[in-house]
Formats: sequence, C-alpha cells, structure tokens
Amino acid sequence: MRLAAIFLAASCLAGAGAAYAADPIPVKIGVLNDQSSLYADLGGQGSVWAAKKAIEDFGAAAKGLKVDVIFADHQNKADVGTSVARQWYDVDGVDAIVDTPNSGVALAVSGVTKEKNKVFINSGAATSDLTGKACTPNTVHWTYDTWALANGTGKAIVKTGGNTWFFLTADYAFGHALERDTEAVVVANGGKVLGKVRVPLNNADFSSFLLQAQSSKAKIIGLANAGGDTINSIKQAAEYGIVAGGQNLAGLLIFLTDVHSLGLKTAQGLNLTAAWYWDQTDANRKFADEFAKANGGKRPTMVQAGVYSGVLHYLKAVEALKSAKDGAAVVAEMKKIPTDDPLFGKGEVRADGRHIHPMYLYQVKTPAESKGPWDYYTLKATIPANEAFRPLSESDCPLVKKG
Amino acid sequence: MSTSPTTAAPPAATVRTPRTGMLALFGIAAVAVMLVAPFGVYPVFLMKVMCFALFACAFNLLLGYTGLLSFGHAMFFGGAAYICAHTIKVLGFSPEIGILAGVAFAAFLGLLAGLLAIRRQGIYFAMVTLALAQMFFFFCLQAPFTGGEDGLQGVPRRPLFGLIDISKDINLYYVVLAIFVFGFLVIYRTIHSPFGHVLKAIRENEPRAISLGYRANQYKLLAFVLSAALTGLAGSTKVLVFQLASLTDVAWQMSGEVVLMTLVGGMGTILGPIVGAAIIVTMQNYLAGLGEWVLVIQGVIFVAAVSLFRRGIVGEIIAIVSYYRSGKQQP
Repeated sequence: MRLAAIFLAASCLAGAGAAYAADPIPVKIGVLNDQSSLYADLGGQGSVWAAKKAIEDFGAAAKGLKVDVIFADHQNKADVGTSVARQWYDVDGVDAIVDTPNSGVALAVSGVTKEKNKVFINSGAATSDLTGKACTPNTVHWTYDTWALANGTGKAIVKTGGNTWFFLTADYAFGHALERDTEAVVVANGGKVLGKVRVPLNNADFSSFLLQAQSSKAKIIGLANAGGDTINSIKQAAEYGIVAGGQNLAGLLIFLTDVHSLGLKTAQGLNLTAAWYWDQTDANRKFADEFAKANGGKRPTMVQAGVYSGVLHYLKAVEALKSAKDGAAVVAEMKKIPTDDPLFGKGEVRADGRHIHPMYLYQVKTPAESKGPWDYYTLKATIPANEAFRPLSESDCPLVKKG
Repeated sequence: MSTSPTTAAPPAATVRTPRTGMLALFGIAAVAVMLVAPFGVYPVFLMKVMCFALFACAFNLLLGYTGLLSFGHAMFFGGAAYICAHTIKVLGFSPEIGILAGVAFAAFLGLLAGLLAIRRQGIYFAMVTLALAQMFFFFCLQAPFTGGEDGLQGVPRRPLFGLIDISKDINLYYVVLAIFVFGFLVIYRTIHSPFGHVLKAIRENEPRAISLGYRANQYKLLAFVLSAALTGLAGSTKVLVFQLASLTDVAWQMSGEVVLMTLVGGMGTILGPIVGAAIIVTMQNYLAGLGEWVLVIQGVIFVAAVSLFRRGIVGEIIAIVSYYRSGKQQP
C-alpha cells in the first residue's frame, strides 16, 4: 500500500511536465464499479487494490510510465455510470476504465468509451453482448461472460455424469438467456432437460419451485438466476435436503464471495464455472496472500484477479505504443501482443475484444473437506481456452469478418 | 457553481408581495447565469441537474400544490424515457418527435393511473400509485423492446429539427436549458393561475372546496396528468443527455429519490425542488468516489432535513425572510 501511495504522489508531481518526450508517459486508469451494494464484495475496493498491484508489479515507473488510479461507485445505475465515465474522459483525463460489473452499466460505458476513443477493460460484467452485437474497437472483455458460464457448466456437468436437468429460471431476459444457452449445451452433449420453471425476480419463497425440481428426479438443478435469488434458492434447497437427497445444484453465476456468505454447510455440492480460483497455483496463492494482507483477510475473486491481469496487459500495450491517448490503437495493440501473466497464464485478446483463457468447473467442498477459511472449491474439470468461449464463427460482432 | 443562482434566488423570487419588476429582473439574471454556466461547469452534469430539477418541479406540482403524495412517479419518468429511446433508436424518429412521443405516453399513462388513484386519499393514494408503478416496472423488465435489465443504450443524438447539431454537449446544453425553462414556466403559470388556486384550496380543505362547487376529482386528475406529462418531458430529455434508458428510471427508488429532492429543497415552494435536485445530483456525482458513504450522507441529510428544517431549505429561507419583513413593518 505504502509503495502505491508513494507512487501515486510521484505520478501527481510528474503529471505537469509530461509533454516532453523524455518525461514519463502519463496514464490514468479509472476503476468504475460497485463500491456499496451487491457487487461490492466481488469487485469494490479489492479491484482498486488489484489495479494498483498490477501497476506496481509491472514496474511502471522504471519503464517510463506514470500511472495514476482513481475510482468511483456507479451505484449500479447506468446513468451514474455513464456520467462518471464521461466526466472522467472529458475533464479528468482518464485513459482507461476497468472492472464495471452490472451488464447494463457496462454496455453504457462501452458506448461512451467508443465515442471518446478511450479504453474499456471489463472484468465484472456478465453479458456476452459486450463482445457480441455491441462490441466496439475500444472494449476488451477480460474474465468471463454468460456464454462461457452456460457452456462451461452445461458441458462439463453433462460429461461428468449429470445428464438430466431441471431449470429454476429467473423470469426476465438475463435468466431466459442463461437458460436457453445452457439448455442448448446440455442437449448438444447428450443430456436431457426434464423440466423448467420460471420464478419471479426477487422471489423470497422458492418452496413450490424446489418441490417441482425435487419431484422431477433430475440429477442436476440448474439455477439460471443471480445475486439474491441464487443465494435464496441455494439456502432453501439446503433446507429441503435436496443435495443430501442425491440431486446436485448447478449455479450458473456464482462468485467466491457468494459461497463465503452462504457458508459451506449450505453451499456444499454446488457446481459452478469460474475463470480463476485463488488456491489453484502457487502464483495465485501468492497473489491471494498479498490481497488478503491488504484487504482484511479476504481472498480475491475472479473479477479482481481479472482486473489485475487486464491492467497488466493494458500497460504492456501502452508501453509498446509509448502513449495511452489513442484508445483504439491501444486496444489494437492489446489484440496484437499475446497475453501472459502470472494469474491467467498465456492467452490472447481476440478480434472481437474477448480475452481467451481456460475456464474451470469447480465443486464446492463439504465442511469436512475444507481445511480452513476460504478453502471452498475442488477442481472438477478444466475447459481448454479454445472451447471456453463463443467461437468467432458464431459471433455477431460487426468487427469480425465472416469468411 | 451552477447551484448558486438558484440558492440565492428564493428570498427575492418567492416573497408574496407583487414585485413583478424584481422578479423579472431576477429571472433574467438566473437565465444569464445559466447561459454562461457550461463554460465553467461540466455541461453534462448541469444537464443532469436540469432534468432532475424539472422532474422534481413536476412532482412538486402534485405534492406541494395539490397535496397528493404520489409514490409512483418513476413510472412516468421511466416510461417516457423508454418510449423516447425506442422511437428514436429503433423507429428512427427525430429527437423532437421522440420527446413528444415520450410526453404523450406519460400523459396517457398519467390519465390511466390518475383515474384509478385519485379515488383514494392519503396513504391509499400513495400505495395505489406505488402498486401501479411496480406493475409498470415488471412490464418493463419483461417487455422485449426495453432490453430487460440491460436497458436501451446508444440512443443517437440526431440533429434537432434537422438543424441543430446536438451531438456536441454544449449545443445540447442550450436545448436542455430551453426545455427546462419551458417546463418551469408551465409549472409557474399553472400555480399562479385560477386553476392553481383551486388546487391549493383542495390541498387545504377538500370538502370545503367541493362545497364551494368545485369538482375536486376533475381538478386533481388534471393536475395528475399535467404532472405526469411534465415528468415525461424530464424523462425524455434525460434520454437525449445520457443516450440511454434503463430500469433505474422506472424502479421505485427513483420515485423515492424525487420525494427526497422535493423535501430537502422545500415542498410547496417553486424553487425548492430545483435546489433539492441540485443538491442530491451533486452529491451523487461528486461524491461518487466515496463509494458507500454517498448513501449514508444522503440518509443523514434526509434525517436532518426532516427533523431540523421541515420546510426544506428554500421553505426555511422564505420563512426567515418573511419573519424579518413582518417584524420591520409592525412596530
């Protein structure tokens, strides 16, 4: 932390004289995410820390970059998000915005970023439209998306024997899309969907839906919902003894912090797809230890790890170009150089702005298996990078030339 | 700061003595300040303040001057925003027609909601409007044209009337300023018309107004529709500024926020909602870096407003000024 503070002070001092070629290249990164409500745990201040850590590890000062980090809370409102983004770009001289969970806000910020020709590196939002029909030459989507989640969870579970499914779907566009994509994957891999039920948004009582799921005798109950709905349905499923009765839950969008707040007793047996887990490699553990030291013992989520990795790659591109001012050029450079960092390994940024890396299928441990706090996941399958994301041939992104 | 003309305004503008000369002078001064403001302050921020100020003024027409607490005004704000965004983005309307479409939709929705809601009073009225707004929220969540929780993004800023290039923020600023001044004058005129006086009579004592021969329900319905239409104007204008319409605009929190703006600024004063909107929007904008503290500060301000200066900021200033005036005249 202290290093980062010294660094920030230095970059402020240096900002004034940056016009000369011999002076450091000024770069300003804005972390725009949820600092106060439902996504604050999975991104929040942890993402700000991850961005600063990336700058420190990159050795920006030694490489002639003066990088400054600011952050703001978008309060999950698209209008607050866009006005902050506009102000950052117009007035505060921000060159790149990172993180930004909440699909609605992310799509709006992506539009502003294109208009102002800056860079948007998204780690927190789910919608695959960011690299699909709403893709821009200025946006990179780093960590995960709905297609990867549906595909990862659907395919891997069918392959490991979960071939009959029942869907519990939140009754709105996001839930429908998740259900549709996952169902397609399940069927394509030889599984069967025995039934599905649409649940109103922000539902408090899942009992009748869970009883339907139970009586369907499906091996897997797919939860095509998010946030509070996911947490409630998992809790109530535990009360009905669904997992103990031999059925398994598959959460289609679950973060490490969700499991933490549910507790292992409730969440055990849950299958989920993630891009990154802290206890998987030595490099991850080292990052997580430093993160925990700075953030009150918490372990980083895949979103925060994605911010670290994305900022690192962004700085490489800026270093190569010696300027951060032309956003489209920086993103083009990010697509040109292969990605390589301690957390996400080797990969690439595709023409549509999608960062490609392996995804993983995890199962939540039982309390007996867990060795301590934050020891939550067992790796069940690895989805190789070339299968993890929507292939370019299926892309509806206008940037992708169809051959 | 953009808020200074409005905060300085109330003593001169709202004194009941017929000093029309002073008032006009003040109005011209305020408009002059607003004309040069975008060169000092970030224009997008000012436009946001104006949109919410118009929203709060329209809401105040109902709460402050008719005594009806609607807890569902987000339905008109967001409904107009969706219609405006959809007609401009998908159907290719020009911005002025898109705004009119939004306003017409809000007025129509206001007529339907008003017909149902004004049959009840007090808490029942508030609950009926809240229930209707929640129904509309879930409609927007499900309807395919709203884009669900992603909202409608990238609404193009086409030239206004085919002439004015509003893709530049500074040009759009003057368009929004004109819309805001227009909406504000409509409200001002309404309040000071015979119609407005009847509304105030209904607010003070409805049975008495009825006994005097006024059809209170018709007056209330007309006020409701007018308020909904002006709210729709604010919502549609916001679409042009931010180029998006989202679920935030129709969620019940938006209905709550406009109540907060009106109460903090001063319910039943003509400038109060503007001050309240400026304060709340400024906090949301400039304190965004403080993260969760914004909501805490907002809560503290609300508690302080309700318990310490119940008339709101502008209401208290008016009270102080009129106290000193009457003190000078009497001895």
